[in-house]
Amino acid sequence: MGFNIESYLPDQSNNNVILFYKGNVDSDVINQILDKVEDKMIMVNDQSKLRKKVYNVLVETLQNLYHHVDKVPEDYEDQMSDKFGILLVTKIDNGYKITTGNFVKSINVDKLKEKINKINKSSHEEIKELYKFILNHQRISAKGGGGLGLVDIARKTGNKLHYSFKEYDDRYSFFFLDVLVNKDN
Amino acid sequence: MEPINIEGTPKTPTVRFDAREGVFEIRGRSIPENSVEFYKPIVDWLDNYKESPLQKTVVNIRLEYFNTSSSKCILDVFKKLEAIHKAKNDVEVNWYYEEDDEDMLEAGEDYESIIRVPFKMVEIVE
Repeated sequence: MGFNIESYLPDQSNNNVILFYKGNVDSDVINQILDKVEDKMIMVNDQSKLRKKVYNVLVETLQNLYHHVDKVPEDYEDQMSDKFGILLVTKIDNGYKITTGNFVKSINVDKLKEKINKINKSSHEEIKELYKFILNHQRISAKGGGGLGLVDIARKTGNKLHYSFKEYDDRYSFFFLDVLVNKDN
Repeated sequence: MEPINIEGTPKTPTVRFDAREGVFEIRGRSIPENSVEFYKPIVDWLDNYKESPLQKTVVNIRLEYFNTSSSKCILDVFKKLEAIHKAKNDVEVNWYYEEDDEDMLEAGEDYESIIRVPFKMVEIVE
């Protein structure tokens, strides 16, 4: 035992939780999650502008997991999932909070921190320029990612990317990313 | 040249490119995990079309959603169109966006600023 992902997440017994998923993030799972969240947003009559932003951010966060997660540690309980990740979508006052989590090898932690910090330090205009620069100059990586996901999320939400790393052991950390998508942004 | 006629799915757009008409269309959602696989035949097709294009080519892009990996592939499509335009053929891109979708408008403006082809931003009013 020892490492319990849920213990780092907010209490889920309240009814603000739209969706929680833990396990393998493959193409089918992504489809199902997108459908489910979209249906729920339509059901509660969210304005289409907010709905679109949430949908876009969900696509990027899930596909970030799909393309970039590191393999789970050899002693972690779930060895079946090739692309192990978690997703929690909660309703907040004026929008939604999307939380993802995945294992990251300790040696990759600094690189990821640096990337997010750079985005968080940038103004909206700078993020726009950064997006255009990466779009025009960087090729799609062998893993299939375009390197644009986090930049796109920051640009579309207008919010900082909140993150934390919880140490699993000396070789692995668990990476949590919180994205707020709210109205008026 | 055989036209491209791809039916849309929840994750990939409807694509209709017909070399005899010179009016090309991409519409719907473009959010596949592997966008290169989806767009490669389209980019290759444009490579052929580029050899003997019509005097005027109109391209209608009407996307509801697209992911960042599609955004690079869409840029590749536009780069082929830019080459056709550069060879002194008329090329026009109509970029459609829904009236409340500023993100989609901005995405169109990004391409407009990168690609030297005339763009028209067309607002869809419900």
